[in-house]
Amino acid sequence: MSDHPSSTLTPSSPEVRRRRFNVSLVWLVPIVAALIGLSMVVHKALSAGPQIVVSFLTAEGLEANKTQVKYKNVVIGKVTAIALSEDRGHIDATIELDQSAKAFTARDARFWVVRPRIGAGGVSGVDTLLSGAFIGADPGENKDTEKNFVGLENPPAITYGQKGKRFTLHTADLGSLDIGSAVYYRRIQVGQVVSYKLADDGKGVDIDVFINAPNDQYVKKDSRFWNASGVDVSLGANGLKVNTQSVASILSGGIAFIEPNYTADKALADENAQFTLFDDQETALAPPDGEARYVQMRFDQSLRGLAVNAPVEFLGVNVGKVVSVDLDYDAKSETFPTVIGAVIYPNRLGKAHDKLLAQMGGEDDAKGAQLMGQFVRHGLRAQARSANLLTGQLYISMNFVANAKTVAFDQNARPMMIPTVPGSLDKLQEQMQAFVDKLSKIPIDQIADNLNGSLGQLNKTLENVNGQVLPEMRDTLAQTKKTLANAGDSFAEDSPQRQQLGQALDEVQRTARSVRVLTDFLGRHPEALIRGRLKDGKPDAYQPTSSTSRETDQE
Amino acid sequence: MSLPPYARDLNLVLCHTCGQACPLGTHECPRCDSVVHRRKPESLGRTWAFLIASLIFYIPANLLPVMFTNMFGSGSENTIMSGVMEFWSSGSWDIALLIFIASVAVPCLKFAVLGTLLITCQRRSQWAMRERSKLYRLIEIIGYWSMLDVLVVALVAALVQFRSLSSIEPRLGILFFGLVVVLTMLAAMSFDPRLIWDAEVEDV
Repeated sequence: MSDHPSSTLTPSSPEVRRRRFNVSLVWLVPIVAALIGLSMVVHKALSAGPQIVVSFLTAEGLEANKTQVKYKNVVIGKVTAIALSEDRGHIDATIELDQSAKAFTARDARFWVVRPRIGAGGVSGVDTLLSGAFIGADPGENKDTEKNFVGLENPPAITYGQKGKRFTLHTADLGSLDIGSAVYYRRIQVGQVVSYKLADDGKGVDIDVFINAPNDQYVKKDSRFWNASGVDVSLGANGLKVNTQSVASILSGGIAFIEPNYTADKALADENAQFTLFDDQETALAPPDGEARYVQMRFDQSLRGLAVNAPVEFLGVNVGKVVSVDLDYDAKSETFPTVIGAVIYPNRLGKAHDKLLAQMGGEDDAKGAQLMGQFVRHGLRAQARSANLLTGQLYISMNFVANAKTVAFDQNARPMMIPTVPGSLDKLQEQMQAFVDKLSKIPIDQIADNLNGSLGQLNKTLENVNGQVLPEMRDTLAQTKKTLANAGDSFAEDSPQRQQLGQALDEVQRTARSVRVLTDFLGRHPEALIRGRLKDGKPDAYQPTSSTSRETDQE
Repeated sequence: MSLPPYARDLNLVLCHTCGQACPLGTHECPRCDSVVHRRKPESLGRTWAFLIASLIFYIPANLLPVMFTNMFGSGSENTIMSGVMEFWSSGSWDIALLIFIASVAVPCLKFAVLGTLLITCQRRSQWAMRERSKLYRLIEIIGYWSMLDVLVVALVAALVQFRSLSSIEPRLGILFFGLVVVLTMLAAMSFDPRLIWDAEVEDV
């Protein structure tokens, strides 16, 4: 190089020898720099994780290059870009995952935005109030990987790998249940509702619940589930009873389950087993109703107060319920009879049902009708009875009525028509009438005459008392007063009796004093009893104690 | 030519440290005992080496985050340019400008100036020699000020430590940035400005 001073330096100079190296050591610096740079590039390339795109309905709380993706609160990636989708229906968040987060690209991995949520079931995501939202992730187990995901709008109720069992409950409607509603077992939350959907035929709802381990062992094959939402208020013979699982379940709904006490099947329920969700605990725990039979009844009277779902009782046992109340027109008699439709569950008769079955030899529709015909011949009649005198509610009671009028019963008619007798209210009216009739037969005039005579007699007696007894009574009282005055005088301050008493007491006092003197003397000189009293002037002669001692000292 | 003769004509070498004119061939300054050379040894080669090394480090210094800010639980990492943009978009254009000048404009200026000086010296160009020497003085002066960024990060990271409330931590990028500044300063130091004028002399 031109700046080399080689031409002018002497060859013996040590600098010349040093310059023999074409490459100076200083070039190590850029080489090291390049190596460091290269190693970082390689490291970056090796540690670069998969990139995925998750679509959400809104980018609320999300920020490119800032929002993190977390799993179990460990950062596993970062949102690198947020863009509107082409149809502007949702947003696409591009996420760069760490290399260790490969499991989150499985097809069934789930992503959702964690925001603060305040609901009846509790508060979640409070930490995001300050830190801003982050994306929660749940790995999947599917072998296939995926690049585009649809993010969940709500956090999933159960996360990957959580231990427990899933069950499906069938019910008529969802009620106030929702995803996340709690499932209680003996009032302890053991699981939650994870999803629901309409049944395939549209006639009902299938609710998926997840029971966490180890409490899933309490779900038996015979367990009964019921909707524990809201407050259950019942008025029974023991008074008002309010029943609820928890305050949270009042607001957000809940499901409870328990195995009935009489359960025989102690086997554990299988995963994904199907159960029926009952409306309340009572119906849930009731023995299964079995097959229902539809019957009809025709009443000639007004049935105001009979509502659908009113109970149908057989000898006091609830065997079914009213399902329809319809008005009919009878052209022949020009009346409006009411036709009641009801379902009856023969199984509810319990032991009686079993025995009848044994007697009939099997159960089918025809045999049931035959049995019913037999009952009707023995006087079985339906009757609308008042269940509650205040509200006027009616129920249907089936009883054997003594000497009932024989009616024709068609065993082949479907539905079966059960003959009726007038309701209890009509009977009550008749009885009232009879009672009033009897009342009118009472001889009130005669009773009044007798009473009048008795009162006259009483009057005379009282006059007698006034005229004779009372004056004598007054004299006696005056005499008593005088006696008492005398007694008072004798106790007065200046009465001679009282003075004499005073003197007598003084005398007693004096006597007592001389006795004391004597006992004192005797106490000091007991020998006086024998020798007699010593002469006065002797030191030990009796004198007042104080003076004696002083004189002795002076001598 | 009324100019005095050149040192080499008189077989003299100038001491770098004390400015003593020593006779050619002496290896140590008789006055201050420091090593004497006619020119800084290997000036161009060393300057090139330092310049290239600093250029390499300038890439990670800009790409890697320099600072990790944790405010109320939300952490974010900032590179130099993202910090500038953030300040700019939030309205504090003055701070954005300051950071931009200190950490982007000045290093880039240094690279450009040093590169120009090296290339022109190697080609023994006589173009604008006076201006080039002025440029050299300029980058020697502003060289230290590029450390502003490193200082800011060091200060802020030391001061803002409120546990979970907010905390600031330095990240790897600032180390590379500091290395860039040090290396450019070394490059400027190892460059001998007299080489600019040597072209003139050789031609004479």
